[in-house]
Amino acid sequence: MEWLPLLLDGTLITLQVAALSSIVSLILAAAAGLACSSRHTIIRGVANVYVEVFRACSLLVLLFWVYFALPFLDIELSKLTAAVLAIGLNIGAYGSEIVRSSIAAVPKGQYEAGVALNLSGSMRMFRIILPQAVTRMVPPFANLMIELLKATSLVYFITLSDLTFEAMIIRNNYYTWTPQIFGLLLLIYFVLSAFISFSARLLERKLTVWR
Amino acid sequence: MWKWDYVIELLPKLLNAFLVTLGATLLGFLISILIGLVFALAGRSAYRPIRWTIRSIVEFIRSTPLLVQVFFLYYSVPMLTGLAMSAFVTGVFALGLHYGTYMSEVFRSGIDAVPRGQWEASTALHLSKRKTWLSVILPQALPPIIPMMGNYLIVIFKETPTLSAITLVELLLTAKSEASVSYRVFEPYTVVGLLFLIVSLIFSYGIRQLEKRMLRHEHPGGGEKR
Repeated sequence: MEWLPLLLDGTLITLQVAALSSIVSLILAAAAGLACSSRHTIIRGVANVYVEVFRACSLLVLLFWVYFALPFLDIELSKLTAAVLAIGLNIGAYGSEIVRSSIAAVPKGQYEAGVALNLSGSMRMFRIILPQAVTRMVPPFANLMIELLKATSLVYFITLSDLTFEAMIIRNNYYTWTPQIFGLLLLIYFVLSAFISFSARLLERKLTVWR
Repeated sequence: MWKWDYVIELLPKLLNAFLVTLGATLLGFLISILIGLVFALAGRSAYRPIRWTIRSIVEFIRSTPLLVQVFFLYYSVPMLTGLAMSAFVTGVFALGLHYGTYMSEVFRSGIDAVPRGQWEASTALHLSKRKTWLSVILPQALPPIIPMMGNYLIVIFKETPTLSAITLVELLLTAKSEASVSYRVFEPYTVVGLLFLIVSLIFSYGIRQLEKRMLRHEHPGGGEKR
């Protein structure tokens, strides 16, 4: 089992890719989700095009395009940047739907109360609507973060040395251990996913306490 | 920069590979429906150990990447069982198993949405368990979830490039090998990206229309009542 430390190295890279791309996707999801709920047709249109295009595109193909095809337009990205960009754009498009639907699910009376109190549009959004919407967003976002974690395994294709890539290298050297290596790999991903859903449950409890 | 001649030369090869992608998508979708139905029904079993086992399996498969499952099925399973499968069979089975766990949730939501009175009426009419499922519950549970199942058809379609990792020659791998011959990367990957984009946009448009029609069917005369 002298190959275990290599898997740990891979875990660190996987966690790094997951953390960075989740930040990018959360920012994009919030921006596009809010834009989809905007009154201005143009802002709504741009956000809708982003969501439709990046949801319809296959993530792996997008990753290939960003990493291999973009250099032909003189845009050369490092492996990590390409991975974070592709995963962030893709997951962000799905996340924006969660933001949009959670905002839409806040009862209409809350908007009307905001209007009656003569609050400005941004006041209404940030003080009344969003705090109520965020609580609804936690469970679906936890699922999305698990999808994101699973998606990071695709960086194997652009030879970024994440968990999956390390496991494939180890397999080349310790061929007879193949079942154990992949079994352990599945287990590590499962533990990481379980950690995400556990933290989400804690967060949800914390957010609902003050209600 | 962009060479149209090269694109025209590429297209027949890519369209051939597209058939492989489409075949893997449809077969994977069919298997996922079968597995999803089995998981959904077994997940409602009266025996707690069966319920618990099925839910753990579903949870585990949903929490781990498709790519790693594909590797496990392709490289580990033959070593453990001596049973080797081709890349296509492995890939289709992996897609079916992975999305079967998602499909089981879809079936579960459909079955849960059938009113309790329907079960009670079946009991009152003394219908057998088989008859209750086949002629009362499933015919009411399935139609409303067809659009949701359609969404997973698109998801499976978008995941087929993952199978290129075990040398299934679908769209992405074809583009890759074309690029390695011609040293022109931009056109093949862009064309493949556009193909995926166009096909999934058309599909999702169709599913949205289907959804609308279902809604109108459920509330006659009130399509916009949402």
